[in-house]
Amino acid sequence: MTDQTADPTPEVHVRVPRYSGAARINHWIVAISFSLLALSGLALFHPSLFGLTALFGGGQTARWIHPWLGIVLAFAFCGLFLRFASQNLPEHTDIVWLSRIRHALSAGGEEYLPEVGKYNAGQKFVFWSQSFLILILLVSGVCIWDRGLAYLEATIGFRISIEVMRWAAIVHATAAVTTIVVFIIHVYSAFWVRGTIDAMTRGSVTGGWGWRHHRRWLRRKVHEGDVKRSRGND
Amino acid sequence: MFPPIPNPDVSVQKPQFGPQDLVRRSASTVPPPTRQLTPVAKLIDVSKCIGCKACQAACLVWNDLREEVGENRGTYDNPEDLTPDSLTVMRFTEWINPGTDTLEWLIRKDGCMHCAEPGCLIACPAPGAIVQYSNGIVDFIHENCIGCGYCIKGCPFNIPRISRVDNTAYKCTLCSDRVAVGQGPACQKACPTQAIVFGTKDEMKAWADDRIKDLKSRGFDHAGLYDPPGVGGTHVMYVLHHADKPHIYASLPDNPRISPLVKAWKGAGKYAGMGIIALSVVAGALHYLVQGPNRVTKKDEEEAERLAEEKT
Amino acid sequence: MASLAPTFGRGAMTNSWTDIKNTDLVVIMGGNAAEAHPCGFKWVTEAKHYRGAKLIVVDPRFTRSASVADFYCPIRQGTDIAYLLGLINYCIQNDKVQWDYVKSFTNAGLLVDERFGYSDGLFTGYDEEKRDYDRTSWDYQMGPDGFALVDDTLQNPRCVWNLLKQHVSIYTPEMVERICGSPRDKFLKVCEMVAECASKTKTMTSMYALGWTQHSKGSQNIRAMAMLQLILGNIGVRGGGMNALRGHSNIQGLTDIGLMSNLIPGYLNIPTERETNLDQYMSARGFKPLRPGQTSYWQNYKKFFVSFQKAMWGDAATAENSFAYDWLPKLDVPSYDILRAFELMHMGQMNGYFCQGFNALLSFPNRRKITSALSRLKFLVVMDPLQTETARFWENHGEFNDVNTSSIQTEVFELPTTCFAEDEGSLTNSGRWLQWHWPGGTPPGEAKTDNWIMAQLYLRLKALYEKEGGPVADPILKLDWRYKDPGHPTAEELAKELNGHAVTDLADPVDAGKVQIQRGKQLPGFAALRDDGSTACGCWIYSGCFTEAGNQMARRDTRDPDETGAYGGWAWSWPANRRILYNRASADLEGRPWDETRKLMWWDGSKWAGYDIPDIAPNARPGEVMPFIMNAEGTARLFSLRGLREGPFPAHYEPFESPIVNVLAPRIRGNPAARVFKSDAAQFGDAEKFPYAATSYRLTEHFHFWTKHVQINASLQPEFFVEIGEELAQEKGIKPGGWVRVSSVRGSIRAKAVVTKRIRKLICDGKPVHIVGIPLHWGFMGEAKEGFGPNSLTPFVGDANIETPEYKAFLVNIEPITGPVA
Repeated sequence: MTDQTADPTPEVHVRVPRYSGAARINHWIVAISFSLLALSGLALFHPSLFGLTALFGGGQTARWIHPWLGIVLAFAFCGLFLRFASQNLPEHTDIVWLSRIRHALSAGGEEYLPEVGKYNAGQKFVFWSQSFLILILLVSGVCIWDRGLAYLEATIGFRISIEVMRWAAIVHATAAVTTIVVFIIHVYSAFWVRGTIDAMTRGSVTGGWGWRHHRRWLRRKVHEGDVKRSRGND
Repeated sequence: MFPPIPNPDVSVQKPQFGPQDLVRRSASTVPPPTRQLTPVAKLIDVSKCIGCKACQAACLVWNDLREEVGENRGTYDNPEDLTPDSLTVMRFTEWINPGTDTLEWLIRKDGCMHCAEPGCLIACPAPGAIVQYSNGIVDFIHENCIGCGYCIKGCPFNIPRISRVDNTAYKCTLCSDRVAVGQGPACQKACPTQAIVFGTKDEMKAWADDRIKDLKSRGFDHAGLYDPPGVGGTHVMYVLHHADKPHIYASLPDNPRISPLVKAWKGAGKYAGMGIIALSVVAGALHYLVQGPNRVTKKDEEEAERLAEEKT
Repeated sequence: MASLAPTFGRGAMTNSWTDIKNTDLVVIMGGNAAEAHPCGFKWVTEAKHYRGAKLIVVDPRFTRSASVADFYCPIRQGTDIAYLLGLINYCIQNDKVQWDYVKSFTNAGLLVDERFGYSDGLFTGYDEEKRDYDRTSWDYQMGPDGFALVDDTLQNPRCVWNLLKQHVSIYTPEMVERICGSPRDKFLKVCEMVAECASKTKTMTSMYALGWTQHSKGSQNIRAMAMLQLILGNIGVRGGGMNALRGHSNIQGLTDIGLMSNLIPGYLNIPTERETNLDQYMSARGFKPLRPGQTSYWQNYKKFFVSFQKAMWGDAATAENSFAYDWLPKLDVPSYDILRAFELMHMGQMNGYFCQGFNALLSFPNRRKITSALSRLKFLVVMDPLQTETARFWENHGEFNDVNTSSIQTEVFELPTTCFAEDEGSLTNSGRWLQWHWPGGTPPGEAKTDNWIMAQLYLRLKALYEKEGGPVADPILKLDWRYKDPGHPTAEELAKELNGHAVTDLADPVDAGKVQIQRGKQLPGFAALRDDGSTACGCWIYSGCFTEAGNQMARRDTRDPDETGAYGGWAWSWPANRRILYNRASADLEGRPWDETRKLMWWDGSKWAGYDIPDIAPNARPGEVMPFIMNAEGTARLFSLRGLREGPFPAHYEPFESPIVNVLAPRIRGNPAARVFKSDAAQFGDAEKFPYAATSYRLTEHFHFWTKHVQINASLQPEFFVEIGEELAQEKGIKPGGWVRVSSVRGSIRAKAVVTKRIRKLICDGKPVHIVGIPLHWGFMGEAKEGFGPNSLTPFVGDANIETPEYKAFLVNIEPITGPVA
């Protein structure tokens, strides 16, 4: 689906659709549930952050809402996974990209990097690590979810020992910290690489953004004719 | 008549300890108390226990709790396990002593051990939901409890249970409300054979010594006191006829300690986790300061436009 | 207690609960004190803790008592007599006898009638047709002076000791193992531990309860132990005794007050129809001493009896009308016990039933017969604080009470009563303590005290008699009813009446000019009773409980000088506030305590002194007056004369339903002297169809059929179950917690199975015997899950002397079933 609205930036004459409306909604469900999960989770992780439970109306609510948000996140992330997995498959250029990560991290360094497709190796890393971590968080989370376990025991007779719960707790905490770090990388990257956020808000990016960061992808999009051009005054 | 506890005074008394006597408070800190209360302890003499469950009934009555009428599952254990209402249960084990080839019916009153180093308190994320008084009593403060069940994971004895009614955790309080006004716990009061006695921890240890001597004289060479050092000792102790193998008493841990996993999780782990998160935020900030924003240039846009032109 | 009275003189626990702490050895056999008497059991733990006492448990099951015992020995239910006579035999064979005690304080030396004998399992005089004995030969040889002949050297072959020695000689350890299934080595270990207590400074206490009484020879079970205790010298001493633990908090009070069909208060008898006048009644109750100089306290019988009559009919009981002797009912049969009453209902010969303080439908044997008996009544009145199954016997509760309601015409009246905690009064505990209690709560709804209900009934009956007249109206019309509120006598008024008062000024027996007790004053004790109608006393043994000094039962003095366990200032103990019966026997013939460290009473040169009230005249010289003052011999009886219906010595008989035949007398089924109604005899099962030996019992979580109405107790032991051993479970494919059906000739029940190591297969007479345990607390009313009780299965036969039903030994079959059957 392409953006049907008029190009609001006159300087830009090429806009490239990047995310469909559905993908964006899906993403933001994940993003919101993730943030709430992080907030409620951190509140229960470190005493100094317990005050965050106030955002949810108190500790009891934070406690019960966290696993349900987790379920929402898990389902929503499945959607993202199905959408994006194929485009996140590793390829040879990823190795080159990673070997020149220094350039990738500097503002003008992309000149020294191979042309990348829809996702660069960093983005793929975020994708795969979050996929993996969310799976871990889901499984370990269920293992420390008192109510959920009671339900599973009552319905399918699933029972785990307290020792397993302890492992689950530590795994959950570790995975949570990791996923938050990855999340920070993800958010920061979106912020640092200007014009990126457009992709998840408007659904499209400027042609220059594509040229600069995902040239191979842009070429493909142009080739497919899936770009929007506008005749500006320059 | 029954040393060491005569019938206590039943006149109205002011509580003898309170929030000012906390030595630990979950997910928060407390100022060091200005006085040290004499540590108390409940001693459960398994060798005297007849498994009558008067303690269970007394516990339900005093705490105004009611256990549901369950079913018989082929044992005398009813309810089958601790619940948010049954803060103590009798656990019955039929054990053949391999040394004498005789049957021993081991009956252990299970419930909170009131560890000196309480795993539940360490695991608890809710400030003030679990507290420890300087007399050793570990108590749950229900208005602060969020029902997460971390205490269950923290406990080396598998004691706390979460109520489905108010979603808070329950366990034996050592009748802190009774002890505060000079009474013994309800279970101790109800015990017909003095298998449960209550007093200062020192008194209870002395009492136990006496009992152990008696048991040794009856051929229980390994009789002993269960006051496990792995959790800093407990304020509920057992006299066991076979103190060399606590596990025969319905899986009483031989050497309980707070799980290293829980320690890692709620000890170094929580600081490390927070540190890592903070570090990544700082790293991002620094990166931004050094690099500034990664903007798309006019040239980039032009290149893109050119590319698009070429195509058409 | 039908067996203790013929042995010691009084039918009651000899010592007190608190005295158990003084013992060296506790034998729990025929009971399960930890389970059924957990509060009293504390004194066992005291003895173990402070004295290092040992505890032996002999029981078919490894019980809660066994869980804290030093030694456990299994036994097949219903074979206790063989076991105990085996113990006596061991003591005699190994010279473990407290000789000084036996020679001085028992009838060991008295010579027995030459005609008396025992062969083929029967004593002389048996009439198979009547299932009864002609007991004339069960007597002493009498000298020309009217006293029994004695051989103090115990050489005469006809002396009690030699007869006993011969009688028990067949009960060898091998025979005990063969009959009881108790492994020989375990039995011998018990023998060794028990025999140690023949020492003057070691005592053993026997704690027993319904595990001995609920047999067709229950009285003889108890007598066998009573004899052993005499041989060991353990009666009348601290830490000794025969401690009959009562199944209810006030059952001792029930028998004391004579709530038996053949008794009036204080263990006096209701006359039989052959005793048509007072003189004739008294002639059989002279109780002349059988040895010179003995007290034979029952010589005072007439004083107790006349005072009772005065308490009943006051001024209307006069010397002229033989103190209203004619107004007492006269028995045409030995007793109208519950078994006979239900037999009569079942035959349609008893049409109304007042059920006060019983849950007959669950308590009495052969439930099918009970249901059918109740269904034939015209009316049933149930007085109870709870909704009992008896009151709802007509209501269909599916398999739990499968009756056809429309076919039952019985009119049922329920009168809600207060429970003990809601009114005032006294309870008499096992140890004969009358303890006053005060209401702890307000009765709910329309509940009324039993006193109120009975008084209201009486007043209405009296009004009807006044209006309409009727045969023998006087006993009702002239009943002495002097209560402040005739419609509601208070507990205090009734207690005062039991204690007794002076009807006229009582002259001082020493100085006739002086008045000893003024008219209308409360009597100080039964010593003041007279047989001329000048005293009234409702229950002579309770005289002293409510004196001019006030309510003695309400005393709460916890002092116990020298910690003897007497607690003489706490409540009041009958008789005369004595805490240990026959306590003069705690000292030797010269009056010196057997054990200085545990002395109780001693002769101080002029009188008996000590920690208790002497159970003998205070100035009765030692060596002259013997300690068992209620017995005409002055001594305790190893040979009980005609006291018990099945013989002067106990003998082993199998239960009526037994997995093996009586190896001593294969021809005899059950107790030959036990009464069996014709229709019930046909309902005895045999081991072919019902191969397993069942027994019934209580669980500590519950109290009879009361606490299943209490939510907390119901949650602690929620559901009916039966207990079997692992071997039987394996044989039958029964899983722990699985469903089983247990059946006898008389019925069948469904239960959960508790499979346990605590019950093991026994080998009796070479055959394996599996035991099935059936607890009794479930019914179809209350908070606990609906369930059955053992009485759906048990046989309708009772003890030969007091008709306590045989609940402890019967035969069943057991099969696994898949689940609840609708």
